[in-house]
Amino acid sequence: MSVVTGGGLDLTTEQALWLLREMLRIRRVEEALARSYAQGLIPGACHTYVGQEAIAVGVCAHLRSDDVVFSTHRGHGHALAKGAPAREVMAELFGKATGVSKGRGGSMHLFVPEVGLMGTTGIVGPNILQATGAGYSFQLMKTDQVSVAFFGDGAVNNGAFHEGVNMAAIWALPVVFVCENNQFATEVPFDYATRNTDVAERARAYGIPGVTVDGNDVLAVSEAAQAAVERARSGGGPSLVEGRTYRTRPHAEGMRDGGYRTVEEIDAWKQRDPIADLEVRLLDRGIATQEQIDAVRQEIEEVVADGLEFAKTSPYPEPDTAALHIYGAS
Amino acid sequence: MVTAVQNGTETGMRELTYTTAAREALDEEMERNPRIFVVGEGIGERGGNFNTTLGLYEKYGPERLRDTPIVERGFIGMCTGAAMTGTRPVVDFMFLDFALDAFGEMVNQIAKIQYMSSGRLEMPIVLRGCIGIGGSSATHHSGNYYPIFAHLPGFRVVVPTTPRDAKGMLKTALRGSDPVLFLEHKLLLNAKGEVPPVEADELIPFGTAAIRRPGTDATVVAIGAMVDKSVQAAEQLSQEGVEIEVLDLRSIAPMDEETILASVAKTGRLLVVDEDFQPCGMGAEISAVVMEKAFDELDAPVQRLNGVFTPVPYSPVLENAVTLSREQILQAMRDLMAE
Ligand SMILES: Cc1ncc(C[n+]2csc(CCOP(=O)(O)OP(=O)(O)O)c2C)c(N)n1
Ligand SMILES: [Mg+2]
Repeated sequence: MSVVTGGGLDLTTEQALWLLREMLRIRRVEEALARSYAQGLIPGACHTYVGQEAIAVGVCAHLRSDDVVFSTHRGHGHALAKGAPAREVMAELFGKATGVSKGRGGSMHLFVPEVGLMGTTGIVGPNILQATGAGYSFQLMKTDQVSVAFFGDGAVNNGAFHEGVNMAAIWALPVVFVCENNQFATEVPFDYATRNTDVAERARAYGIPGVTVDGNDVLAVSEAAQAAVERARSGGGPSLVEGRTYRTRPHAEGMRDGGYRTVEEIDAWKQRDPIADLEVRLLDRGIATQEQIDAVRQEIEEVVADGLEFAKTSPYPEPDTAALHIYGAS
Repeated sequence: MVTAVQNGTETGMRELTYTTAAREALDEEMERNPRIFVVGEGIGERGGNFNTTLGLYEKYGPERLRDTPIVERGFIGMCTGAAMTGTRPVVDFMFLDFALDAFGEMVNQIAKIQYMSSGRLEMPIVLRGCIGIGGSSATHHSGNYYPIFAHLPGFRVVVPTTPRDAKGMLKTALRGSDPVLFLEHKLLLNAKGEVPPVEADELIPFGTAAIRRPGTDATVVAIGAMVDKSVQAAEQLSQEGVEIEVLDLRSIAPMDEETILASVAKTGRLLVVDEDFQPCGMGAEISAVVMEKAFDELDAPVQRLNGVFTPVPYSPVLENAVTLSREQILQAMRDLMAE
């Protein structure tokens, strides 16, 4: 499988700052959520996306708001990159009425269909099938929308991966399968869970293109995603994109992060920070100035401060809304 | 919505089989709504293992009659995503036993997505296929399982027993926004019955039981293939001057408590006849509802008659031994009257 470096991307300043802004938005929201978790403000699970921001952002850079994303348990980043408001995502984790799922979902059940975020999920696997089904809808309705499944290395040994990718392949559905290979499923190393740790290579088994990219290089991800999204949108069928990355926080907040990996390894990956990396390259290439970068940073500080305040001060849902929306209108 | 009048003399009625009537419903709705598509194994050119889609492939083509690989979890999960994004899938799973491979998709996804999305997504998916004991189908092709799904918030579960209901309830399923488990007892597929003309466009609402035989002395609530057997047993008892009212539950979820309670208020006695297993089953549910809401109306304890609590065996002799017969139902009716 070829490895894309992202070197050849012609970025406008506006596009570059969007990538930076979105990665920073995710990073700072996650950090604020992690602190809130430690303060006991988040009643349930909180799986952060810290370290993996380049993948959601590099992919969503090529999606329209009517394209759809089916995300995972580690889905805050996908939600934000797809356009979910930070304050409503944060409020959801706080269990508030103003959250994206009105407090009935939490971290693993974020739904913002208005911007194409078709759900994060508490079950590993089904989102791959659902993304395939959205591709089926788009093909049947003859729209040019694209569907994306994000999933971890842990999902690729699940039957849903095999069944979903195969169906998308045989019917040439407009789907992009994005594997975020962060090398662990909870504490299980990927090379324990499979004999072949090259995820992109599996594409060959289904007769579709597969590509491995440096998942900490947003330009590389973006370049690979662009090709995959265009291919899907133009009727060329599905592709598999594997981003090699690493989560630099524990599997979930409050969990231990030792015993299965070393501090040295974590630190080494922290040095490969996708955000710092992009900043350096933008400055080097003269695509953005330090002032522009500082302005983005300042903007994000304000977004997160506002989101946190909103999450803290929003009301809890009314108890009598607990059993609403079990059935539809008709 | 139109309420079914089961014994009326209506004009233009046609005699159709159950399967033909259901197929007519599917055809009419597919014609009406280009977003309906069907997936399953052999439902394309072949027309379905049970002729559920016979002739539709020629009319609607491969995108709307989509033959799948043997991936029950896969295509049910796929159709979940399709239903979330504007189309209306019909999953033709042949036997409900097969769909169990997608149990997690059904329970965790299909039943919960409207809720999880705070009502911003709909889940208009129809899951249809065979249930029931018969034809030496043996243990992997005879399951009923409906109480499992009725137990869960989010599902509609129906077991139509007549061609008219098969058509009218499938049409209802294909117009609503909820996931529907549409279960067809295999012994009823070739049953014939009167079906209103196409122009009638009859939709039979969920949550309504049908009175198949009026009576005054005891109420029998029956499900699926047990309905007709119960009516026959009731006819026999009628010759002895005992008039049993037979209700066809037909909608498992939501369940028509009102009709059951009204009947029990009239008769004072209740027997639930269900081929499916007894523990935690429909009889337990119905009996609890009646105990809670009509205890004072009861002249005798509620009785349940169920299939034997075992996986379904193959040999006709063994299969017979676990299936409820008309004689057993008759005996249960006599026992109830003797209480
Ligand atoms: C079907 C299922 N089994 C087990 C779990 C528990 N679980 C939650 S996250 C996780 C690991 C997932 O690893 P991966 O897919 O690599 O994603 P990552 O956490 O690394 O982002 C597991 C086993 C689950 N949520 N769903
Ligand atoms: Mg992982």
